[in-house]
Amino acid sequence: MSTTVVTTEAPTTAAPAAAATRGQVEITNVRKSFGGTEVLKGVSLTVPSGGVAVIVGPSGSGKSTLLRTINHLEKVDGGYITIDGQLVGYQVRGNKLHELREKDILKQRTDIGMVFQNFNLFPHLTALENVAEAPVVALRSDNSQRRNKGEARQRALELLDRVGLKDRADAYPRQLSGGQQQRVAIARALALDPKILLFDEPTSALDPELVNEVLDVIRELATSGTTLIIVTHEMGFARDVADTVVFMDQGQIVEQGNPLEIFANPQEPRTRSFFSKVIEPAFNI
Amino acid sequence: MSSAATTVAQSAQRSAPGPATRAEAENLADTGSAAALPADYSDYKLVPARHPWRWVGTVVVALGIAAVAWSLATNPRWEWGVVAQWFTAQSVVTGLVETLKLTAISGALGFILGFILALMRLSASPLLVSVSWTFSWIFRSTPLLVQVLLWYNLGYLYEKVSLGIPFTDVRFFEAQTTTLISQFAAAVLGLTLNQAAYSAEIIRGGILSVDQGQLEAAAALGIPAWRRSTRIILPQAMRAILPTAFNEIIGLVKGTSIVYVLAYSELFYTVQVIYNRTQQVLPLLLVATLWYVVITSVLSVLQYYIERHFSKGAVRNLPLTPLQKVRRFLSTHAATNVRSPR
Ligand SMILES: Nc1ncnc2c1ncn2[C@@H]1O[C@H](COP(=O)(O)OP(=O)(O)O)[C@@H](O)[C@H]1O
Ligand SMILES: [Mg+2]
Repeated sequence: MSTTVVTTEAPTTAAPAAAATRGQVEITNVRKSFGGTEVLKGVSLTVPSGGVAVIVGPSGSGKSTLLRTINHLEKVDGGYITIDGQLVGYQVRGNKLHELREKDILKQRTDIGMVFQNFNLFPHLTALENVAEAPVVALRSDNSQRRNKGEARQRALELLDRVGLKDRADAYPRQLSGGQQQRVAIARALALDPKILLFDEPTSALDPELVNEVLDVIRELATSGTTLIIVTHEMGFARDVADTVVFMDQGQIVEQGNPLEIFANPQEPRTRSFFSKVIEPAFNI
Repeated sequence: MSSAATTVAQSAQRSAPGPATRAEAENLADTGSAAALPADYSDYKLVPARHPWRWVGTVVVALGIAAVAWSLATNPRWEWGVVAQWFTAQSVVTGLVETLKLTAISGALGFILGFILALMRLSASPLLVSVSWTFSWIFRSTPLLVQVLLWYNLGYLYEKVSLGIPFTDVRFFEAQTTTLISQFAAAVLGLTLNQAAYSAEIIRGGILSVDQGQLEAAAALGIPAWRRSTRIILPQAMRAILPTAFNEIIGLVKGTSIVYVLAYSELFYTVQVIYNRTQQVLPLLLVATLWYVVITSVLSVLQYYIERHFSKGAVRNLPLTPLQKVRRFLSTHAATNVRSPR
């Protein structure tokens, strides 16, 4: 009797534990300089599995750079980043961190989807081909099988359907509106079933009337259990979806917290002055 | 503003019923257009803009072409009979095949090597960068003629060629240089290496023209490096590479004639041999020239379609090909002809 209890209990306790560590990002004291200027001055941030962190801050404050260190597009000069406890871009040998080989870095990146301000869709490939490309050729972090072409296309169609663009699957990016292109880019980032999605100002290049169709897709993702880290200037959107709003200025995290609190009652003067500039008076908290 | 008004006034004065005074004319210039014209144009016929100078230009060019054609046809010294006689002669065709062979092999190898050199040059490794740079530097700064002759005379410089570990006695392979380097090998080596040096720069330029964000997006998706180059970057770079690359290939077709110095019987050498015997210099040069024109024409058509292929996605909608245009023209014309009797 007691053994049956143990065996039935073991999976139920193990399963949430495994789920709880899918996509937890821990950034510890990250530093980065370009030339002589330090762009990230010791940034630490934890985003729990399935969490939604929105990073806001003035232009040039290092938001993009921070985002790009998370998938090792940018190498850190100091500090480290872990995803589910595993170092990004490095491995421990002795008491040193050795940079991984390109192949292993690429594998790690398949867990991290990224959506760019300028979409960066491949213009010579159709929407469907854009989404189906990586699953066929990228080596997976868990060393699972790459998808064959048919499966990848099938999955790509599902994802395009999810972002509302199934009927534009054969269109080339230049035949799509900005909002549609960004939705394809989101589908492309989802194609590898990433644990984490990074958005770098996903709506900044869009005409105002196209912003919402993209934000709606991201809103839907926010409830899906994938960890989202979003750089944006859309404060209303931040208030709606974020678990944590992070305010960055001059390479540092000045303040972070629950969106309702931080918008209503920012503690730091720099935060207050930034919000007073970007949030319209009519903005309702 | 005032000068425009004056013009209106002057022209108005010339036409009898117009306003007589300057003040009235100014009035017309300011408000007249809205008041004088009817508001509904739906019954008006659209008249496309006319381009009279295009017609003048066309006539001038046509006259020029006619004059040249007339002189070519009527001047007996061109000896068209001799040209026709030699154009498809066995020896000429054999030479032509050799020319095509040299072009195809050195062109293909040259561009493959050039692609690798371009990737080396763009890599992060200082060693690869300098090797690639040095290669281009050497082969672009020595005349092709010298390179070809050097390769052919390599046996004079180095009697044996061997593959082994330098400064030891270990040899995997050894051969007499003269048996290894035939005329053909010297020609291909010279043309290929020279072509590679130029193609490397063309391809590098093409790669640089592709937005950095493309590489980043591909890297962020975990797409492997080689695949990034061949599937993402190269097809986009092709748009910048192709026009210059076809220039190079067309140059190479004629450039192969330089290997006549090796007495290698490609088209140009063959023709020389014939006219040295028959003394019909101009007609035989014309034979070679006409073949070069034919090859270049075929390549130009090929270029058009290949460029079109790689512009997929770069333009919103592909323009019609000339053939499609002709077909459309014929079909719409046929359609109007059918309708016109009514
Ligand atoms: N590759 C680079 N080389 C040099 N400076 C850079 C580079 N990338 C970013 N920077 C500089 O780093 C600072 C932070 O940039 P970024 O992270 O893009 O800011 P944000 O996204 O918050 O606007 C800026 O001053 C920018 O000019
Ligand atoms: Mg930025």
